[in-house]
Amino acid sequence: MQNNLYNLLFFPELILLTGSLCILLLGLFIKKNNFSIISNLSTILLVLTGIVTYIDRNTSFLNFNNFFIESNFIKFFQLLVIFGSISVILISKNYYKDQKLVFFEIPILILFSTFGMLLLIASNNLMAMYLGIELQSLTLYVIAAIKRDSLKSSESGLKYFILGALSSGILLYGCSLVYGFTGNTNFDDIHSVISSLEKIELGLIFGLIFILVGLAFKISAVPFHMWTPDVYEGAPTSITAFFAIVPKVSAVALIYRFCLEPFSSLYNEWSQIIVFLSIASMFLGSIAAIRQTNIKRLLAYSSIGHVGYILIGLVSFSDEGTKGAAIYILIYLFMNIAIFSILLSLKFENKYIEKIEDLSGLSKVKPFLSLSIAIIMLSMAGIPPFAGFFGKFYIFASALNSNLYSLAVFGVLSSVIAAFYYLRIIKVIYFDDYKSTNYENNQTNISKFILIISILIISLFILFPSLFTSLSIEASKGFFYK
Amino acid sequence: MFVYTISFYFFSIIAILSALMVISAKNPVHSVLFLILSFVNTSALFVLLGAEFLAMILIVVYVGAVAVLFLFVVMMLDINFIKLREGFLQYLPFGVLLGLVLLIELGMLFYTNNFSENNLVDFSNLPKFSDVENTKILGNVLYTDYFYLFQISGIILLIAMIGSIVLTLRERSGVKKQKIYNQVHLNSKNAIEKKKIELGKGIDV
Repeated sequence: MQNNLYNLLFFPELILLTGSLCILLLGLFIKKNNFSIISNLSTILLVLTGIVTYIDRNTSFLNFNNFFIESNFIKFFQLLVIFGSISVILISKNYYKDQKLVFFEIPILILFSTFGMLLLIASNNLMAMYLGIELQSLTLYVIAAIKRDSLKSSESGLKYFILGALSSGILLYGCSLVYGFTGNTNFDDIHSVISSLEKIELGLIFGLIFILVGLAFKISAVPFHMWTPDVYEGAPTSITAFFAIVPKVSAVALIYRFCLEPFSSLYNEWSQIIVFLSIASMFLGSIAAIRQTNIKRLLAYSSIGHVGYILIGLVSFSDEGTKGAAIYILIYLFMNIAIFSILLSLKFENKYIEKIEDLSGLSKVKPFLSLSIAIIMLSMAGIPPFAGFFGKFYIFASALNSNLYSLAVFGVLSSVIAAFYYLRIIKVIYFDDYKSTNYENNQTNISKFILIISILIISLFILFPSLFTSLSIEASKGFFYK
Repeated sequence: MFVYTISFYFFSIIAILSALMVISAKNPVHSVLFLILSFVNTSALFVLLGAEFLAMILIVVYVGAVAVLFLFVVMMLDINFIKLREGFLQYLPFGVLLGLVLLIELGMLFYTNNFSENNLVDFSNLPKFSDVENTKILGNVLYTDYFYLFQISGIILLIAMIGSIVLTLRERSGVKKQKIYNQVHLNSKNAIEKKKIELGKGIDV
């Protein structure tokens, strides 16, 4: 018991939860300047949680009825989520102050959302999974609508809420069907029941499909992507940054774990769905983005496309595919942190940049920022020396090794189409005439530091690929020994 | 058994009829009242099944909270329901068609026995609903086996509270509020100020 209590102190979720409750109380009592104090405290708390997550722990007592489990994969994604949340809080500080969005609840809601995502990634039970999803999305609905005087922000929050509630309902229905046909809600038990079935029931497949629909909504895969562009555009940019970076990571981790752990023996059933989601997302992500003029909408479509590539790794159903997805999501995280740290600080004629044409001729005024944007765009398009290429490379390699030639071909085709709009931004920055030189950059030092680090990682990945691949190999072990 | 059958048909017929009235009543307030009637009857059906906890929850949550909320919305907001209902006849054939398709699909499912009860996992080793108090049993597992999940649901409710406060609470400026603490702690020393006024000169107040 002594040992168990000692472990309790080092349980990251518990630390995060009690910490965020304390910060919430503190925020109510500090009257002056509470936003920056609270966001600093939140950052410290998240760093602490990250450290505790990183340290190995023995939590046999705390996993409690197997609602939650541990593995390297889970740990990897949990660390990514924590890292993403920290960077989002840090890069968006100035933006909140500028936009007078100094509700101290925003960092606290981000903390709670992170808590939900940590649970979600580690969940080993249908009920725990559902509660994690709800915890995560409920906070996201609120922070999407946080700019309550703006019609667009309220609209995006409401839209996200209604569609999210619908998808949660579908997911719950799927969970109840799975429970009815397997008699268990625990992932391990579901796995053993399914692998011993001699005939796969129609109802079980229905349940699987419904749950996948709910999860596809959360990762915004086509055809469940409709909310993404509107929500990304309507929400304040700092919130968009959070949406683009963090919940994606957790939802991808969940869909991987869900398909590979309880339902690994139904590969033939779910792979068809995932293949469709993947191809549709890749193509819609690249084709629909061409006509966008708003940079946030464009990033929304680009994130839909990225999800498509990540799903290829799932279909290839091998250690290699999981490894590719882990690298891809890591690189995706850095690219998005970099681009949003620029969008959250670059002003054109006293307004934050929203339209692509606002960027025209930026290279003459802000050469460093233009270079950064160019590097990020090249990397997103997957052009060789940069990190984005390697993400796609590992994914496509895994698809080829699993004999999924058509998927790999579709992936390459769609990334060629997608290259058009990424390159267009570079063209606007470097070759268009500027309308005015009234650019202003109010980046904080921390945000600059994060931007430089991300840019360095993106561009120097080619020199030290083993640094990251070893991490993701470690993370992807353990799915396919069963 | 006879009483059971009679009461089952009684409650279910009223539930279905009131559900029909919900969508056909002209007055939206009547609709909501019929909705409440429908809920009450459904909860009676749950009692017949032996699921008394679900019956209570249905009354508390749906009648107590959701339906009252509906009533508030209907009465407070100025929604033109007649306008909403325009085009009802126009869309009727399409709706009927969709309903028919669903009905045929359901029929096919039952006909092919793919969804029959035998395919479900055998739950027969569980105690029967009607033999045990399911409120007690739920209470037993809720605070022991499912303690974790119970706590997480509590946090979800906390977030719902924080969220609704953040999104709706506004500090109104220009409203004069009584500050009782300050009033009580007034005394002559800091409330009254003596000033000497020189002749022929005013004083700024």
